[in-house]
Amino acid sequence: MTTDTLDNASTADSHHDSFGDNHDHKMTGIKRWLYTTNHKDIGTLYLWFAFIMFLTGGALAMVIRAELFQPGLQLVEPDFFNQLTTVHGLVMVFGAIMPAFTGFANWMLPMMLGAPDMALPRMNNWSFWILPFAFAILLGSFFMESGAPNFGWTFYAPLSTTYSNGSTAFFVFAVHIMGISSIMGAINIVVTIMNMRAPGMTYMKMPLFVWTFFITAYLLIAVMPVLAGVVTMLLTDTYFGTSFFDAAGGGDPVMFQHIFWFFGHPEVYIMILPAFGIVSTTIPAFSRKRLFGYSSMVYATSSIALLSFIVWAHHMFTTGMPLFGELFFMYCTMLIAVPTGVKVFNWVATMWRGSLTFETPMLFSIAFVILFTIGGFSGLMLAMTPVDFQYHDTYFVVAHFHYVLVTGSLFSIYAGAYFWLPKWTGHMYNDTLSKWHFWCSLISVNLLFFPMHFLGLAGMPRRIPDYALQFADFNKWVSIGGFAFGLSQLIFLAVVIKCIRGGEKAPAKPWDGAIGLEWTVASPAPYHTFSTPPSQQDIDNADQHGH
Amino acid sequence: MGKHKLTWLVLVSLFANSAWAETQLNLTKGVTAVSRDVYDLHMLVLYICTTIGVLVFGAMFWSIAFHRKSKGAKPADFHESTKVEVLWTAIPIVILIAMAVPATQTLIAMEDNENSDVTIQITGSQWKWHYKYFDQDIEYYSVLSTPRKQYQNQQETNVVKGKNYLLEVDKPLVIPVNKKVRFLITSDDVIHSWWVPAFAVKQDANPGFINEAWTRVEEPGVYRGQCAELCGKDHGFMPIVVEVKSAEDYDTWLNEQQQRIAAAASAEQASLSASMSKEELMQLGETTYTAHCSACHQPTGLGLPPAFPALKGSPVATTGSIKDHLDIVFNGKAGTGMQAYGKQLSLKEIAAVVTYERNAWGNDTGDLVQSADVKAVSGEE
Ligand code: HEC
Ligand code: HEM
Ligand SMILES: [Cu+2]
Ligand SMILES: [Cu+2]
Repeated sequence: MTTDTLDNASTADSHHDSFGDNHDHKMTGIKRWLYTTNHKDIGTLYLWFAFIMFLTGGALAMVIRAELFQPGLQLVEPDFFNQLTTVHGLVMVFGAIMPAFTGFANWMLPMMLGAPDMALPRMNNWSFWILPFAFAILLGSFFMESGAPNFGWTFYAPLSTTYSNGSTAFFVFAVHIMGISSIMGAINIVVTIMNMRAPGMTYMKMPLFVWTFFITAYLLIAVMPVLAGVVTMLLTDTYFGTSFFDAAGGGDPVMFQHIFWFFGHPEVYIMILPAFGIVSTTIPAFSRKRLFGYSSMVYATSSIALLSFIVWAHHMFTTGMPLFGELFFMYCTMLIAVPTGVKVFNWVATMWRGSLTFETPMLFSIAFVILFTIGGFSGLMLAMTPVDFQYHDTYFVVAHFHYVLVTGSLFSIYAGAYFWLPKWTGHMYNDTLSKWHFWCSLISVNLLFFPMHFLGLAGMPRRIPDYALQFADFNKWVSIGGFAFGLSQLIFLAVVIKCIRGGEKAPAKPWDGAIGLEWTVASPAPYHTFSTPPSQQDIDNADQHGH
Repeated sequence: MGKHKLTWLVLVSLFANSAWAETQLNLTKGVTAVSRDVYDLHMLVLYICTTIGVLVFGAMFWSIAFHRKSKGAKPADFHESTKVEVLWTAIPIVILIAMAVPATQTLIAMEDNENSDVTIQITGSQWKWHYKYFDQDIEYYSVLSTPRKQYQNQQETNVVKGKNYLLEVDKPLVIPVNKKVRFLITSDDVIHSWWVPAFAVKQDANPGFINEAWTRVEEPGVYRGQCAELCGKDHGFMPIVVEVKSAEDYDTWLNEQQQRIAAAASAEQASLSASMSKEELMQLGETTYTAHCSACHQPTGLGLPPAFPALKGSPVATTGSIKDHLDIVFNGKAGTGMQAYGKQLSLKEIAAVVTYERNAWGNDTGDLVQSADVKAVSGEE
């Protein structure tokens, strides 16, 4: 492992200059990126990939919202509409949010742990470089005779098997590659955290950020094989004559949903636990106070992760479960609100009697806490089985998961990106532009997603290309919000490009309230960091726990 | 401030919108005891969440307003307290229990399918509903009745949309008021979901399995819903309409249906010996095709390959034998969207639609198909 880690780090200490510069031991041009085993390069690749996928998925959403701008079919055919929603969901979940968090893990975990690199750098290279192929297959299916997958990101059988448009094979192959990539990434994270912590950094001295990625990685290792299994069953049902999900052959289509959601519910926590980690870093920094209740945060995160395995059927209340099953899954789902609440209370207590400033990462973090909590509230409402019969498969659910995923996961990603951009690039970002990005996003995202609650309550089903006239007003506003939100994200692109190319020089620690080993190295972070472990003094100063 | 102005502008223009008055913001109370319980539960949770939200966000905004560095706030150094952690674990648990109790009661009531007065089997298929009354011998399909040109707006954009646009069907489900009606729900192809918000009934239609649900509606009227589970291309175009009738009206309706069925049976018998002209066949064929086939095979006969094959120029509809053509229309093809139309259409309609397909869009085979030919195919099965 050590030889791997250090294989191109032999002269590390003598070079402390910015990434992007050429080195004798660093390849140049495209080869640098293709062959890289450096955690910072791979982190950068993941982050750019995620952002490109985010814009791609966003472009699909713009077409969806244009079609839904007014009643009637104006732009696309219903079948193509279904392809758009399906690929939008898949791209955002597997192409944008998850890789973005892996990017953060790659960049930050070694630096936060005082380690020279990830534990398995060659595997790291692989786990990134297979991803573009997965998405090339998925997006390429738009241009094939079959068209792209059109059965929803949840790909319920038999719509995705017997009745599929022929895209199932591409879809399954793409998902397999994404799964392999995620599992490799997760194994790397677990091994890194367990073995590469600087001497003296005990588990309870790790930043909460590290804890959340640690737990998320375990979730990934647990459920990605389940996803792989269910897509394989889908494949054999479609092409090899098995009938796992076909009643005529002794199978059961509802079994598909059980297996899918056994993956699917933990998956939604895979997309939010790292977000908890990011805002647990930024909020204390800009409150100039230690994180309130560090250990309770660790326990809350662990209990959320454990509970997430026994709530999957709350997505299936209308499938005809026995009463006992409905009660069990209702109670367990309600229980998840408790540790989630603890986290929110701890963030508020961290801000309480702090000394607050409102730099852009803090703005995104505050918006995160409020809007994620709104998503949590609608989650709690959805957990009430009798009422879920009304909410299920309506725009109310669409509102719920966009509050937790867009204003939750995505906003935390922005908070983290603004927080660490100075460390990544060596420059401060353009403050004015970043504020524009925040305020435009904040206003438009609420115009986009809040009215969806009303639409759902009034009875608009999700995944429809056209709707009854009483839904017309809100849909118009939602679409306007959608276009505005989409455009606002281009501001972020501008901020990042400007920040990479220049700007005010960033000091090693641009935020006076920040703690963490990453701030003890220069900005931009040298290509190789912590070839010699940090001192115990530094580790203790970086300790969020405080004892 | 500019930002506030904009927000106001947005709000004002929203409220100024003429159709606003009709816009529903909240969940429907519905017209059954269950739907009202569900509504109450919804409001209970909404109020609880709002209260918690006001408290938590209030504390947060307090900090934002008063604990800011620019106001000279110095950070306190507390960062742990087992006491408050226990408190804010315990209090939510109590609140959750308070919510779980009524939820459990409502759920138990919803799941009590015993002692029904009327039983109706509901079968979803791409993209229509089939209703079958137990012990009554009444069954029929219920299909979207909004004309295609109202929603196909790619070229024509100015067609006026009707009041119940996309929420209207040719033959609604009819049930009696104040009777416990039990639904047995299943599907012929993919998963659908039968949902009428006013009854708080939403139940998935799973192929090969039967789900149960029930309702007891207290007010006569017309109630509308939609398929709630993605079921392919026209998922957005398979609405549900339920007409709830008083006891007398319901009985009258049952009688009418019995007569309609008897009349249809004798018409079927009569059509066997009758022979229709090409004009008659083509006319009826076109109507039948538009209503039952064009969703997949398209009005142009070009289909949407590869999922739905073209009939224009297809060997089955041109050079192939009439028998094979009738066979696929009558018996369908298992495991595809092509349903068995033998049980959905009359002999006459099948004869007409097959004639139409063999002569429309330049298929010009000149073949005529009569009811008796259809009967011959059906007899073989
Ligand atoms: C839900 C979609 C759908 C509807 C509605 C539908 N079909 Fe089909 N039809 C199909 C599919 C799918 C096939 C291809 C079946 C296969 O795989 O062989 C098909 C095949 C056919 C074929 C054979 C074509 C060939 O070249 O093999 C004929 C003829 C046909 N349909 C006639 C009809 C008629 C007549 C109607 C209306 C009464 C109708 N279809 C309604 C989906 C549909
Ligand atoms: C308090 C915590 C939460 C609770 C109680 C909760 C509850 C639920 C329930 C009951 C549903 C099913 C609704 C239905 O289909 O009828 C649901 C859907 C969903 N939730 Fe949550 N949720 C919570 C948090 C989250 C988080 C943190 C995420 C992701 C970051 C998330 C993502 C989703 C998604 C993506 C769906 C919809 C899946 C689909 O049908 O496509 N939820 N939630
Ligand atoms: Cu879930
Ligand atoms: Cu349906």
